Amino acid sequence: MKILVCISHVPDTTSKINFTDGDSKFDTTGVQFVINPNDEFGLTRAMWFKEKQGASVDVINVGGPETEPTLRKALAIGADSAIRVNTEAKDGYQVAKEIAKVVKDGGYDLVIAGRESIDYNGGMVPGMIAEMVDANFVTNCISLELDGTNAKAVREIDGGKESVSTALPLVIGGQKGLVEESDLRIPNMRGIMQARQKPLNVLEPIGASVETASVKFEKPAPKGAVTLVSPDNLDELINLLHNEAKVI
Amino acid sequence: MSVLVYTESENGTFKKTAFEVASYAKAVADQLGTTVTAVAVNANDVSELGKYGVDKVLKVSDDALKNFNAKSYASAIAQAAKNEGTKVVILSQSADSKYLAPILSVGLEAGYASNVMEVPTSTAPFTVKRTAFTNKAFNLTTIDTDVKIVGVSNNSYGLVENNGAAAAEDFSPSLPNSGVNVESVDKATDKVTIADAEIVVSAGRGMKGPENWGMIEELADVLGAATACSKPVSDLGWRPHSEHVGQTGKPVASNLYIAIGISGAIQHLAGINASKVKVVVNTDPEAPFFKAADYGVVGDAFEVVPQLIEKLKAFKAANA
Repeated sequence: MKILVCISHVPDTTSKINFTDGDSKFDTTGVQFVINPNDEFGLTRAMWFKEKQGASVDVINVGGPETEPTLRKALAIGADSAIRVNTEAKDGYQVAKEIAKVVKDGGYDLVIAGRESIDYNGGMVPGMIAEMVDANFVTNCISLELDGTNAKAVREIDGGKESVSTALPLVIGGQKGLVEESDLRIPNMRGIMQARQKPLNVLEPIGASVETASVKFEKPAPKGAVTLVSPDNLDELINLLHNEAKVI
Repeated sequence: MSVLVYTESENGTFKKTAFEVASYAKAVADQLGTTVTAVAVNANDVSELGKYGVDKVLKVSDDALKNFNAKSYASAIAQAAKNEGTKVVILSQSADSKYLAPILSVGLEAGYASNVMEVPTSTAPFTVKRTAFTNKAFNLTTIDTDVKIVGVSNNSYGLVENNGAAAAEDFSPSLPNSGVNVESVDKATDKVTIADAEIVVSAGRGMKGPENWGMIEELADVLGAATACSKPVSDLGWRPHSEHVGQTGKPVASNLYIAIGISGAIQHLAGINASKVKVVVNTDPEAPFFKAADYGVVGDAFEVVPQLIEKLKAFKAANA
């Protein structure tokens, strides 16, 4: 079984978010980039399929050379090989189209992506890939089991969860629950050394078009000071929430 | 040419988000000088939609759509959009609508913008303001395709009533082979969900252990609120992952967010940033949450919460 895990290269969750070039671009100065957390849960689940069910696991990113350290980290965690599609990621559609080409050419049975990236939060790449390659699709996936070409998955829904049965070829939009936080792997020295020898193939893009364009970023208006209420005067808090904020 | 809106229902009854996206669709239709057509699947009474500006409802009634299925629902909406000659499709950002949106996007060759906060700032070029970096920023995005799909963030636009009446029309789309079959649904029907909640009561490690969550649930009950928790609490297994709010958990966009014993890590604050009013209760006046909150109580949750419950009960009784 061939698994492809989509790896988005995103600012670490603690990053301060600033913009540059007239607020048109994300300012990468001093920002640490990591594997998108939702993708890392998927990658870790893929490692399980590799170790227990003999799957091969490749990782892919659409982006410039600056994303290679993030792909190397995925290799250090245990992926067999990496693919970088050498073009700037501009919108979800373009990224999905580039990845769909690789999925078709590579004959992948299972594609695991995060349900969304924590930078653009588009939440569309996995579903678009599924539709483009005519695969089944489950998103917000918190559990995945494979038996031959059959799959059982659990999807988080508003207020609960839903168990579904489906089959390969399959695309998953993964999140925490696919594996637990404690299952995530920190690459050890051996993994890091091996990762240097593993193939990282750079593919030229097919030049997929975009459907949307990011024009400008804005930061939220600065927050006013907090109104403190004494713990001995909670009636005042209720009064403020009722009469001032009008939320109760 | 009408604006098409998918109005979600559950067990035959429209969800609140259905009325919100209908209100939003009406505003977009006004900008474009056109009408609003809704797609409703297995909904009992569609006349309610008229109140929020819907002119026509395409009623789909099919037992095969009893359980949500992204591919089938996307196909039904795509067929409706094609029949209507729609240029703009409006969706909510519920789990189901987010699931079907990318499938619909490919099917209609329509650009999709998710997490949109307000009506388009311009219709030519079609420009929307959406959240990015998990609510740490906004992103103005143009949708440049002929047909456009807008995913409206829950509780961002609100409900706007109109004096319209909706004409219902039966609509029978042909459904594809779904490929994904629902085996079982596990959902507490008596609890308010974080996605739908107007008020969320959330608690963190300051509660010291899962055995102390009774008062959090009681506070939520009094307020008709959903319960949520911080990441460490779900990682420790004190509460289920489905309650984890923050950057890698669920986003919250409630009217009121009450944080009990949560210090306010940057990832947590990002996830709840879209909530309108924030209240924090924490023993540590230096907790970062006080910088993000509107109202704060420096105090011990174990003393403040029980008192707050009693006082809220009295308030509710007096205002009932």
